[in-house]
Formats: sequence, C-alpha cells, structure tokens
Amino acid sequence: MSETKSIMIVGVGGQGTLLTSRILGGLAVENGYDVKISEVHGMSQRGGSVVTYVRYGKEVAEPIVEEGQADVIIAFERLEALRYRHFLKKDGVLIANDWRIDPMPVIIGAAEYPENILEDLEKEVTVYSIDATEEAKKLGNSKVSNLVVLGMAARHMDFTKEQWYSVIEHTVPPKTIEVNKAAFDAGYGA
Amino acid sequence: MGKKAIMLGNEAIARGAYEAGVKVSAAYPGTPSTEISEALVQYKDELYAEWSPNEKVATEVAIGASMAGARAMACMKHVGLNVASDPLYTASYMGVTGGLVLVVADDPGLYSSQNEQDTRMVARAAHVPVLEPSDSGEAKEFMKLAFDYSEKYDRPFILRTTTRLAHSQSTVELEDRTEHALIPYEKNIPKRVMMPAMAKARHAVIEEKMAELAKDACTLPVNRVEMRDTKIGVITSGIPYQYVREALPDASVLKLGMVHPLPEQTIRDFAAQVETLYVVEELDPVIETQVRAMGIDCKGKEIFTLLGEYSANMLREAVLGEKVETKAPAQVPNRPPILCPGCPHRSVYYVLKKLGIHAAGDIGCYTLGAVAPLGVVDSTICMGASISSMHGIEKAAGKEFIRDWVAVIGDSTFLHTGVNSLMNMVYNKASGTVIILDNSTTGMTGHQDHAATGLTLQKEPTYAVNIPDLCRALGVKHVQEINAFDLVTLEQAIKEANASDEIHVIITKTPCVLLDKRKKPVYVSLSDKCKKCGMCLKPGCPAISKQADGTVRIDDTMCTGCGLCEQLCKFSAIEKVGE
Repeated sequence: MSETKSIMIVGVGGQGTLLTSRILGGLAVENGYDVKISEVHGMSQRGGSVVTYVRYGKEVAEPIVEEGQADVIIAFERLEALRYRHFLKKDGVLIANDWRIDPMPVIIGAAEYPENILEDLEKEVTVYSIDATEEAKKLGNSKVSNLVVLGMAARHMDFTKEQWYSVIEHTVPPKTIEVNKAAFDAGYGA
Repeated sequence: MGKKAIMLGNEAIARGAYEAGVKVSAAYPGTPSTEISEALVQYKDELYAEWSPNEKVATEVAIGASMAGARAMACMKHVGLNVASDPLYTASYMGVTGGLVLVVADDPGLYSSQNEQDTRMVARAAHVPVLEPSDSGEAKEFMKLAFDYSEKYDRPFILRTTTRLAHSQSTVELEDRTEHALIPYEKNIPKRVMMPAMAKARHAVIEEKMAELAKDACTLPVNRVEMRDTKIGVITSGIPYQYVREALPDASVLKLGMVHPLPEQTIRDFAAQVETLYVVEELDPVIETQVRAMGIDCKGKEIFTLLGEYSANMLREAVLGEKVETKAPAQVPNRPPILCPGCPHRSVYYVLKKLGIHAAGDIGCYTLGAVAPLGVVDSTICMGASISSMHGIEKAAGKEFIRDWVAVIGDSTFLHTGVNSLMNMVYNKASGTVIILDNSTTGMTGHQDHAATGLTLQKEPTYAVNIPDLCRALGVKHVQEINAFDLVTLEQAIKEANASDEIHVIITKTPCVLLDKRKKPVYVSLSDKCKKCGMCLKPGCPAISKQADGTVRIDDTMCTGCGLCEQLCKFSAIEKVGE
C-alpha cells in the first residue's frame, strides 16, 4: 500500500476514543506501516467532543486528518458522526454507534438534538451502524461499546481477526482482555 | 539497530532523558506535559523523578541537581514557565554543571490552557537556547542532544514541544542508557552566587556563549537543509515541518531543530538559493522577525495566522492558492467540555448558584463552573489567583461587596500557589470565604498525586499535608470540612461564612468521581411520579436529559450514583436501583 490511510475516531470524552486509536495504531505498527496517532488529553477530554486521528502508510508526515481526507470515520455517538462527516472522503465509510448522548446545550434547552441523523447520513455516504452500547451492556460492561464499534469497523479493513486479537491483548488492561475481545466479536459478527 | 516502538511525544521525551543518563527530574502536572513524568516512573531504578508543588520549585530542584553534577530536567506547560521564570532567568546567568534541560510544552489552539503564549519569546528574553523536535523520534534524539549541548555551551536548554507533538504517537528507535557519573562538585562563587558583581561578569560570559552557539548552529546536525525545487523555499521547525512536507512535498526546506539562537549564515545561504522564501511557524513570528532583521525578504504572518494550530490544507491555500473543496460542516449543537457525571464540584456549584454567589475562579476542572447552566465562575486567571484576586476585590470595593463572593480553588492548585494568597489575606486583615474543592487529586491533568495525597509520583507512601491544619497555621480561625454532596450543611456554612467579617475556609472534601472505579448503584427516574419541574436538571448533570413528554431520563451508562438529583427531587421520582 503506497497511499496513506486516514482514520478518525470521534466521540464524547470518556467513551474510549484514546484506547481505540491506540489499538488501531498498534495494529498498523505490527503490520510494518509508518504510523502517526494524534490524541486529545486534558480539559477537552471532560465530556466534550473528542477526535483522535490515526494515519498509516509507507511514510506519514502530518499527524492529523483534515476535511475531505478520512477513509474511515469511527463514531461513538450519532451527533459526533454528523459533526465530523465533512471530514470523510467522497468514497469514505462511516461506522457509527447508534447511540445518543445529549450535549449540555440540548440538556438545558438551548439547542435541539437533530432527528434521523444516521438515516440522513446514509443518503450521502456509506454508513454501517450498530447499537453498540446495548451490545456492550449485554456483555455486562457498557464501557466496551468502543470495541463493539471497532469490531464492526474491522470488517471493512484489511487486517485479519487474529491480528486484531493480538493487538487488543497487548493494548487493553489485562483484566479486561476477555470482555474487550467479546465486544469486538459482537461488532465483527453483527 | 535498536528496537522500535511507537510512543507519544511525551513518552519519547522521557525515553530520551533516560537514555541521556538523567539522574533527577522534577515537574508539576500541566497539559500537555504531564505524561513525561508519568513515563519516567518506569525508569525509577536508574533515575529520580518527582511531582513538585509548582514549576518554580521543580526548576530549582533541577538547578540544584545540575549544580551537584547530575544531568537534570524540569517539565512544565507553557504557563508553568511563567511560574518558573524567576529561577530560569538567573539560572541562565549561572550556566550549568551537569546538563540542565527544561521541557516546556506550548498549546497552540488552546486545547487545555488559559492562553496561547509562545515559549520561544521567553527563551529569547532569558538567553536560553531552544531545541524543537518534529516527531517522537526527534523528541527522543533532541533530548539527548540538549544535554550534550547544555554541558558543552554551559547553558540551560529548553526543549519546546506543542500539544500536537506531545500527544501524537510516532516511531522511536530505542537505545541503551548512557550513565553519566556525577561531575565532582567544586565551590565556585563567581559562577553560582548571583549578586551584582558576579552577575555582571556572568552576563558577559553568557552573551559570549550564545554568540558561539549561534555561530556553531550553522554546522549543528539539528538544523538541516533539504534542497528540492527552488521555486519555493520554506524555513520551518517543529510540527509545522510535517504540514510543510504534506502540503508542499516539492519545496526546499530549511528545517530548524534549534530555534534559538538562529543559524544566520545557513539562513542567508538558503534564502539566496530559493525564489520565494516562506517562514512557517505557529504562534508568534519569532523566526520571521529575525530573518527580516537580517535584511532577508520573506513571506510570513501576512499570509499565515498568529492564532491556533496550522495544517497542510491551510498551507495549500495560503502558499499555492489551492482551496480544498469540502462539504460544509453540518450545523449541530456544540458539545463543550463539562464536569463529569458525579463530579463533587457540580454539587458545590449548584449551591453557589442557588445562593446567587459569584466565584473568583482558578485553574482546574472546576473552571468548568463558568459554563451553562452553572455560570458561577466570574474569573479565571492563573494558578492561585482566585484567593488573591478576591482579596483585591475586597480591598477595592469593600467588605459588603464580597458578601456574595467566594474564591474557589482545588487542593492541588491551593498547594501550588494558593497558600501564599491565603497567608496574604490573613496578614492584611481581609474578610471573605475561600472554598477549597478538595477532590484528593490533580484532576484535570489526569489524576496526579500531590503533597496532600500521601503518595509520591512513584505511588510510594509519604507524609500527607493536612490542609485544614495548614490553613489554621496561616492564621485562619474558621476552617470547616464538609462533604461536597451534603447540600444542607454546605449551604448553611456558606451563608454563615459570607455573613461573617472574618476569613472562612470551607473545604469540600470528596474524592474525584473518576478515582473510585467500583460500580455503584445508579438512579432511575420514575415517569409516573415525575412532575416535570426541572429541579434535577438545574445542576447540569450530563446523565440526565429531558424527554419529549417533559419527564426526565437518567442514562444508566453515565450515572455514577452520586445522588445529587435524588436530593433535589421533591416528589421522590428518582430512585436508587441495583443495590
């Protein structure tokens, strides 16, 4: 692969965008690519809109993904999928958690949460969605919804399931390996 | 060939320090520099690292370690350098014994800061050389070079990073540590006692050293000329180098690894070879101004912004006139950062808002008390300023004016620079209420220990400062500890404190909700009992939202079981489940 792949992971602070980007980045490293991952820490992480970038290829310079450049956007929440959809390439793919978290302007009645976000996005781009939070709850830990979404994204990427497992095992906290792999499977098989 | 690893810029800096043989590191947490110290913990058998109470102390610890002959460092965010600037300016006169490096992280784009200041300006003022890496690999290499150069030129060095570098991961080649034995201590009053006669002599020395370094800069490997097509030539450094490579792959580039002092002859030679010269640097025109002062024509801030981060698309548009056509962004509600569900600060702010109180604010998660629907915080300046600025308000506008004011400050921030401010209130016969929001950690930066948590950076048990006793020792007569979620007691205490003519310190002692990872019973809203009054929505908990029919829903994946909403519901419509 000569071309650089650009992936964005978007969501709400606390949903596990960091861990997801590290799994993805780790996978690209293990497959011999040059990789850059750009993360968000600090105040922006506190319940705000969060975006991390993963770029891999033969040689990667810029650590961020810009408008119109993303091959894949992995979104952990519907509104965040909509917020970043203009970053997608024309033939890009959106993988979304069909889940709603109201932002503060909506909670206090200063703004409205848009209806039918994923349905409208499907008219413009290729969308694969899953209620990952429900799937994760079934596994007894709503926090692993990020791995459910990642599992779904994995089906549209060029790595084997075993490669994913291996990097999950190396990246997540040891006590949570099994539940994270189960969550990945739930998304992969959906 | 060493082993390769993918690392955050900050982890690579720690690795570089380790390989360089650093013996002592001191720091106060500050985004985006915090992970450096955390990453140093893994090397604890070979080097000592600590959390200091503030950046001035950290820098002085590092200066002392350098005096003792060790390679030493201090790490901080850009505004931390302001706190450390007193020792910095004079350490510059003293020079070093063991190599001395300050890692300073700027924050273009203000991801987690109160301003966008440019450390290179401070470094120039202090006559301190600056290295600036462009990725994690260079971050590690430049750390090692910084120590070598520091010792060779008798200068403390700054390694400048930015948020994008500090928090990006890229490939690093791991090498072994080189131990550096302590340089034997020799008493040297003219070099180390900065009283006027000595400092006058040292000033001449450091000017000479900087001139020597500027001359050598033309041959140092950190500065690199990449000749390609000569139509466009770019002088750049740091992360913007990556944007230049992405947007202008054919352009010739003078990549500066050392951004102060500049390699004048290299710049002149490069400028002479290219048709149009651009200077691409985020924030202030530090390089550009000096290039122009050399009499060299260039394009810079008249086409590039002074604000925020750069990007490849921005350069394509400014340099090539290529507008990248993209879809317009969707019009969607903002999602600003907020206090977490279950955050004890929310409970305190709810009470302050209910009582119509203004808060002189400080630096930490609790700055978010300025955001709707709370809107309680009136000002945020810098670490420790809540207490002292409220004191100033009282001295200007009088005791009566601050009857509806409090100062709010976190435990870590109080120990950083709030203690002096409280001492000043007592000394100068002030009145007023100070609320110490004690969540037993440094929250915003990701839960670092401090002098009152009883644990060191390495999580070893140590003495824990008793904050109430400390306040009493400063002369505060009224010190009260209250659970942040005890709304009744808290409201009563604030009313009493503000009615008083004496200083009151209220310490709301409740640990950060993120520290306690045990799963707790959550709450649900009973739609048949809900009267749609909206009381539970007032504190702005992100787990509670209003449904189409006006009743509320509590998101069980977000609820932490703090019980604030249950206390506020007059109709018993909120119930605990899962006990």
